[in-house]
Amino acid sequence: MSNNSAGGLVSLQKNVKQLRFEAGIRRIKVSQAAADLKTFCLQNAHKDPLLMGVPSSDNPFRPPKSCALF
Amino acid sequence: MGEMEQMKKEAEALKTQIEAARKAVGDTDMASAASGVAPAPRVQLKTRRTLKGHLAKIYAMHWSTDNNLSSLSSIGVFRLMVSASQDGKLLIWDSHSGNKVNAVPLKSSWVMTCAYAPSGNLVASGGLDNMCTVYNLKTPVIKTVKELDAHTGYLSCARFLSDTEILTSSGDTTCALWDLETGKQKTVFLNHVGDCMCLSLSPDMNTFVSGACDSLAKLWDIRDGQCKQTFQGHTSDINAISFYPSANAIITGSDDCTCKMYDLRADQEVISYQDAALNSGVTSLALSMSGRLIFAGYDDFNCNIWDSLKGEKVGVLSGHDNRVSCTGVPEDGMCVCTGSWDSFLKIWN
Repeated sequence: MSNNSAGGLVSLQKNVKQLRFEAGIRRIKVSQAAADLKTFCLQNAHKDPLLMGVPSSDNPFRPPKSCALF
Repeated sequence: MGEMEQMKKEAEALKTQIEAARKAVGDTDMASAASGVAPAPRVQLKTRRTLKGHLAKIYAMHWSTDNNLSSLSSIGVFRLMVSASQDGKLLIWDSHSGNKVNAVPLKSSWVMTCAYAPSGNLVASGGLDNMCTVYNLKTPVIKTVKELDAHTGYLSCARFLSDTEILTSSGDTTCALWDLETGKQKTVFLNHVGDCMCLSLSPDMNTFVSGACDSLAKLWDIRDGQCKQTFQGHTSDINAISFYPSANAIITGSDDCTCKMYDLRADQEVISYQDAALNSGVTSLALSMSGRLIFAGYDDFNCNIWDSLKGEKVGVLSGHDNRVSCTGVPEDGMCVCTGSWDSFLKIWN
């Protein structure tokens, strides 16, 4: 961090410029955002193996089948 | 001097304006909005594989998105992953068999991150050497293809956009986009005032988010380098960050022992995942395919599973004998991998 006033001023100007940019963005209501998130989650739930559980027949990590040799 | 005072006043006024704008749209929170949603089922996952091979703490892991059509028989199978340990090695694992496919010795053993390129051709690592080293896995002998050297602080995270571009975050408080053909930085992302600890690419790869020791998360435009949005709320370092699969929200994990969801379009925190009994920092996080489940690794050796909509803890992965340092869910969502300072990786589903 610069101690001299010129460096401090430039840094402040950058900060103000950034804040102006962020202040200007469009925001939607949280209720709308939350509703969309909920919909996305619920619509994709059936495709989510960790949520639905993986049947052992489809589970590539299932315990290896034992092989009996007679 | 007068101008500086004016600038400071303007900065304060803008901050107040932003807070007011957020409040104006803050008509509810995620948990309230999801009160009618059926609770997620109690999630009880079993360890399917324990991957033994590293000789020291594991710091990072990353799943490949390559579906390996040529090398393995099954189509659409996502099974390879890379892990990094301070034993000075990257190991490439076939998670299905549990076998090691490749070992990459590192010049510097102080590794903090590793990444798999979407093509499956390249991996990258970096850490206290301040560099990001890229390796080609497909040459007859694994070769170093580039050493990306420009950061003035440790490399905390790296993510490939393609075989020609990679994003890095650093303890020098910057993130950077590199051209892998020239080995030079194309864009430097400047705005954090603390070490950058983590980053996550948006699904469409036009933006990314970073988390830092200034307790802020920031959204960046990859092409023009602009910081678009800043998210506050955490009270300590943000160690982990991920885009939600819908791309409209992000999840963060912090040393303040909480995870949070921030919605990008509402520009604010919409839910916090916390429990009075939890007083360990969050080190890592990964989401299930629908985003419903958050797998968060903690310093207390566990990985807690959170319902992202309702904010409730729905399960725990216990089994490591030391801090869980990294977690990852592959693109097909079939399992979750945890890596630990106990030197093991575990695959659960």
